[in-house]
Amino acid sequence: MSLLSPIAALGRVTLSGLAQVGRITLYAAATLAHLVRPPFYPREFLSALLNVGWLSLPVVGLTALFTGGALALQIYAGGQRFSAEAVVPQIVAIGMVRELGPVLVGLMIAARVTSSIAAEIATMKVTEQIDALVTLSTHPMKYLTVPRVLAGFLTVPLLVGVGDIIGILGGFTVATGQLGFNKASYIQNTVDFLELPDVVSSLIKGAFFGFIATLVGCYHGMNSGRGAMGVGQATKNAVAMASILILAANFLLTSVLFGS
Amino acid sequence: MITLSGVHKGFGANKVLQGVDLTIAKGTSMVIIGGSGTGKSVTLKCILGLVTPDQGTITLDGQDVARAEREAFLARFGMLFQGGALFDSLKVWENVAFRLLRGALKRPKAEAREIAIEKLRRVGLKPEVGDLYPSELSGGMQKRVGLARAIAASPEIIFFDEPTTGLDPIMAGVINELIREIVVEMGATAMTITHDMSSVRAIADNVAMLHGGVIRWTGPVADMDATDDPYVQQFIHGRAVGPIESVR
Repeated sequence: MSLLSPIAALGRVTLSGLAQVGRITLYAAATLAHLVRPPFYPREFLSALLNVGWLSLPVVGLTALFTGGALALQIYAGGQRFSAEAVVPQIVAIGMVRELGPVLVGLMIAARVTSSIAAEIATMKVTEQIDALVTLSTHPMKYLTVPRVLAGFLTVPLLVGVGDIIGILGGFTVATGQLGFNKASYIQNTVDFLELPDVVSSLIKGAFFGFIATLVGCYHGMNSGRGAMGVGQATKNAVAMASILILAANFLLTSVLFGS
Repeated sequence: MITLSGVHKGFGANKVLQGVDLTIAKGTSMVIIGGSGTGKSVTLKCILGLVTPDQGTITLDGQDVARAEREAFLARFGMLFQGGALFDSLKVWENVAFRLLRGALKRPKAEAREIAIEKLRRVGLKPEVGDLYPSELSGGMQKRVGLARAIAASPEIIFFDEPTTGLDPIMAGVINELIREIVVEMGATAMTITHDMSSVRAIADNVAMLHGGVIRWTGPVADMDATDDPYVQQFIHGRAVGPIESVR
């Protein structure tokens, strides 16, 4: 019996994980179904656009700026080992646009937006505001989930685009200010090296990450337990799940977009 | 008329409702009493469809509520929640006019605001309160706003979930009086759940006592004191000794 217990525990964890995946998949399907059926709530959508997109700009911008700068330093130091320090503009550009930009923005959105959505909706559940919505003939998924998920899907690619540009700018600032690169040739190298598929893949990743971050926040908020502990647990689980799903989706999307 | 027949509801091993039978006549005020955790809120949520019963039927004017068209069905109801359940992100007047700003009952914004201010006045709040946020109000004011929201669309049926919990006796008296006045004035069917006996005497036409998952006793409020049901007697007099276990 005791020999089997670790296997049984593993089985329970696996089943629980699969059940969770099933539930969130159904939740995503229901969200998509509600997305195309009226009524629509434009005011809530505009509010979500503001919260998810506009108010995330500072954190996204600062993250990208410092990462771009650090990336330039790392590539320069690493490149010196085999006399390839001149590739800083190209590697910063491709690194930010293809990988770091979308992933870092996705993770920052998970930290800032997913947590706030999960905590807000979980608090609404605990204080019976979700029940109140139902009694006021308003479907909670249409009113709370759809506007947030749509806003995430539409604004996170824009944030990723802005993050890419600011990240490259961070690299440019460090490379030209500290490492002695010529400004005009740095810009020329960056522009020449980047291709349209690099930029498009970055935006596609952003759309997926925005969808995941907002959907997971709503899902955990709606399914939170009771009391302050329930709200805390829902928020924690939402951020952890969103971060993992974003990284997993990043790998899958990279495989699909660049695997061949 | 609302009729519950053999309604059962459990949450895992906890069988909360074990065959509730209850009739609430149109235009009357029914108060359900019972200790904490006896399933009063669950009964109310079953009627509204917020919780699905495991067994039994609930009908509204003869129609099974499980088969009713949801929006039309819910449009007939107003509800005052225990904690108010006001939406933090909306101003007070927007909370009150929530139903009038969207969906089938949508009105122009100015008209909805006017109705909301009128309902706020009806529950004894000044128009200026309409421009505040719920977090800026006291508990008693939040209850009043919740009450204004419950009556904003002039529903046929109003539910009150613990309307006086957490209020001082004077404010509780004010809320009880308001509920009674509004229910009579609107001719609405009312269902209140409470364990506050002063609320029962102020609000009820009829009383039902829920205990052990079933309705132990039901009758006119005037008969409540005279009943020889030991559960009712213990509850209404707040005795520690009796058939209801004090440790649950």
